[in-house]
Amino acid sequence: MSASQQYAVVRFSPASRIAAVVAVLVLIALACAPWWAGRADMRLLSELFLYMALASLWNLLAGYAGLVSVGQQAFVGFGGYCLLALTIFFGFSPLIAIPIAGIAGALVSIPVAVLIFRLRGAYFAIGTWVIAEVFRLTAAQISALGGGSGTSLPVTVVKSIAASRAMREATTYWMALGIVVLVLALVCVLLRSRRGVALTAIRDNELASQSLGIDIWRAKFFVYVVTGALTAAVGALIFLQKLRISPDAAFSVNDWTAFVIFIVVIGGIGTIEGPIIGTIIFFLLRETLADLGALYLMILGLVAIVIMLHAPKGIWGYVREKTDLDLFALSRRVVVRGASQQPENIENKENAHEPQAT
Amino acid sequence: MSDAILEIEGLDSFYGDFQALFGVSMQVKKGEIIAVIGANGAGKSTLMRSVTGLLTNKPEMVCFAGTNIGGLRADQIAEMGIAMVPEGRQLFPSLSVEENLVIGGQAGRPGDWSLDGVYELFPVLAERRSQQSTSLSGGQQQMVAIGRALMANPDLLLFDEISLGLAPIIIKSIYEALPGVIGTGMSAIVVEQDITRAIDISDRVYCLQEGRVSLEGESGAVSRDAISKAYFGV
Amino acid sequence: MDWVNAIIQGILLGGLYALFAAGLSLIFGVMRLVNIAHGDLIVLAAFLGLTVTTTLGINPLLSIVIVAPVMGLIGYALQRLVLNRTLGDDILPPLLVTFGLSVIIQNGLLELYSADPQKMSAGAIETASVGLPGGLNIGVLPMLMFATAIVVIGGLQWIFYRSAWGRAFRATSDNQDIAQLMGLNKSHVFGLAMALALVVVAIAGIFLGVRTSFDPSAGPGRLIFGFEAVIIGGLGNLWGTLVGGIILGVCQNIGAQINPGWQLLAGHIAFLVILAIRPRGLFPRIDG
Repeated sequence: MSASQQYAVVRFSPASRIAAVVAVLVLIALACAPWWAGRADMRLLSELFLYMALASLWNLLAGYAGLVSVGQQAFVGFGGYCLLALTIFFGFSPLIAIPIAGIAGALVSIPVAVLIFRLRGAYFAIGTWVIAEVFRLTAAQISALGGGSGTSLPVTVVKSIAASRAMREATTYWMALGIVVLVLALVCVLLRSRRGVALTAIRDNELASQSLGIDIWRAKFFVYVVTGALTAAVGALIFLQKLRISPDAAFSVNDWTAFVIFIVVIGGIGTIEGPIIGTIIFFLLRETLADLGALYLMILGLVAIVIMLHAPKGIWGYVREKTDLDLFALSRRVVVRGASQQPENIENKENAHEPQAT
Repeated sequence: MSDAILEIEGLDSFYGDFQALFGVSMQVKKGEIIAVIGANGAGKSTLMRSVTGLLTNKPEMVCFAGTNIGGLRADQIAEMGIAMVPEGRQLFPSLSVEENLVIGGQAGRPGDWSLDGVYELFPVLAERRSQQSTSLSGGQQQMVAIGRALMANPDLLLFDEISLGLAPIIIKSIYEALPGVIGTGMSAIVVEQDITRAIDISDRVYCLQEGRVSLEGESGAVSRDAISKAYFGV
Repeated sequence: MDWVNAIIQGILLGGLYALFAAGLSLIFGVMRLVNIAHGDLIVLAAFLGLTVTTTLGINPLLSIVIVAPVMGLIGYALQRLVLNRTLGDDILPPLLVTFGLSVIIQNGLLELYSADPQKMSAGAIETASVGLPGGLNIGVLPMLMFATAIVVIGGLQWIFYRSAWGRAFRATSDNQDIAQLMGLNKSHVFGLAMALALVVVAIAGIFLGVRTSFDPSAGPGRLIFGFEAVIIGGLGNLWGTLVGGIILGVCQNIGAQINPGWQLLAGHIAFLVILAIRPRGLFPRIDG
């Protein structure tokens, strides 16, 4: 009987197939935004894309590699200052400067990692904060880039992006869209690879995965460097859009860490869908609540605490628990295929009219 | 029935979704020594955790001195008079020998046992009272663990696999001291993998097998054959 | 002479940093919790001191008598109602909950007090100084701060190693389950530990408020100083934390002597150097 049964390991479920189709459609619509959206809407969308990218990266670090950082603003600001330095001092075009900022981010993250990986858990988190402070204080000392009060992106640099204003807006918009797609694709590919499975194993049980021969520190180091690089690239793009940089804005804990953490916690830590949902919810909340100022941040903090205590897996985690949905087709399932190629149990079919033996 | 100090009635214990005990029922009468035997994974530790409150169950499943304790916290149950010598000793490494003993009396229950009494019972501990508790030998640590439980002046004393990891000669001396330790006022449950010792020291014996009671009887009366069958689930 | 003065000021400043760090170290020792809102609680205490001082018209240093018990109660409630639920094997909940708490406190203070920097005045004691041979002058207030730090740390050590309270802390931190078998209610024990930590935080906050100006966003900076003092000194060692605070204070002041803009950076660099060459700190007692 069992010889004619075949087992197959499948990744895609009907839900993830639908999600893939919907994603492609949405992507096409978004790519055409310069033609149907106004300037303000495009800026808002750009901001949303960049936050989504930051959130996905933070989630990769914390939700998968177990490295909770409250200092990613170090890389955001580093990327921003790289952009300015590369365009002002070396005359690079902003479009080239962004990937170079990414590479620079990777390079700087290596010695940083060597230092702070000596700390564990919450002490690691505060260590990342110290690093961000060091970056901020150092940036404030660089008078060539405006010192403590910062500087603006020169008009010539801005104009070098494209000829017309409309084209410039479109270009920066497409870059933002491009980067979030790149980040999501990379996260997806990474988590589906062998390294990714190792990461998920580490996340679930560090000790067990270590005993299986997974090199924990190498995996975490790799993730930290990749995240640092991409965060720096996103940072460069952020400040290309803002046109102005200062140490406080570049290395702001509120803007680049607090908001990002809330997004991921509310959306769902440790899932790819979580940061996406979280960003959308965050922007909806912001549109409605932002006038409340400090009260708005208090509400965010309260919501994050309540979610962490009662629904630690966030909104998507809750949905997933109830429905077992996996839109990004990360999990593999075993399916039994019978002679009729339907995933059902052959035995049942044959014995349908006979008393079942226990 | 009325002289039972502990009554366990239809105990179903779970670790999350995993069920470890299935409808376990047993009794300990006042002044009795009960042995609980069983292979690894039979559910002995789960049973001990349920009685001491480290694992919570439905209130009526565990009844101590007439009160339903199944749903109470471990510290509340300790105040009521149940103490345990845990599996693996589990002394507090940050505390000295004396501090481990003193903290045993934390609940402040009145009774015969005191620091002096414990030092009289185990003089070697008096010599080492200021030493870090985990720097002692296995047998000495077991003495501290027993002393710590005695300091609580319990009405019911649980011994969870006290022979594990100890040399036979140490086990022998500990078991020789046990009846004197328990005395006439206390009741006790002795959980053991060593069947002979368990039978020798107890009045009645229960055998657990895969979360169920597979045998119960007078220690003097059960046959080795019956025990083997019950132990291995044949 | 300026250098000697800078170093002496740095040593005395170390006392304040040790006060920042003591509460952090205590909580980590008892329940392996690192409270990201720790700095913000110090600032909260400073603002509470400000309110008490202006309402009652008393010297800020006296306000400790009111602020300390209030902070203690806040700590007990915080631990039992919120933080106890985050404890466990997962590192994310305590981190993210205390981070959320930090944001709430900072913005709450912003709403209540505005972003303006505040400072409490302790009167004549702020400018009083003692003359030393060689033309050195040491402020009475910094000396008082340093002396308080020593008393507080000594007191904490006594509580931890010679009192029943401390025995309960150590036992619960060693083995929560078995501690409960002794009749210790771990929720209550942790609550007491946090209450004690926040009493120390209260003292630190009042001294902060008298010594320098503060505003709602000053929390993270204090957390970082406390954290650096703990790491430099070594985990689990309160006296080591004092040494760590002193090293931090001295390095900051030496940096400031070279270039005023380098003060904070010098401290951070000292921390990173220690992290590089002695990752467990100078006098570690436990592992992170």
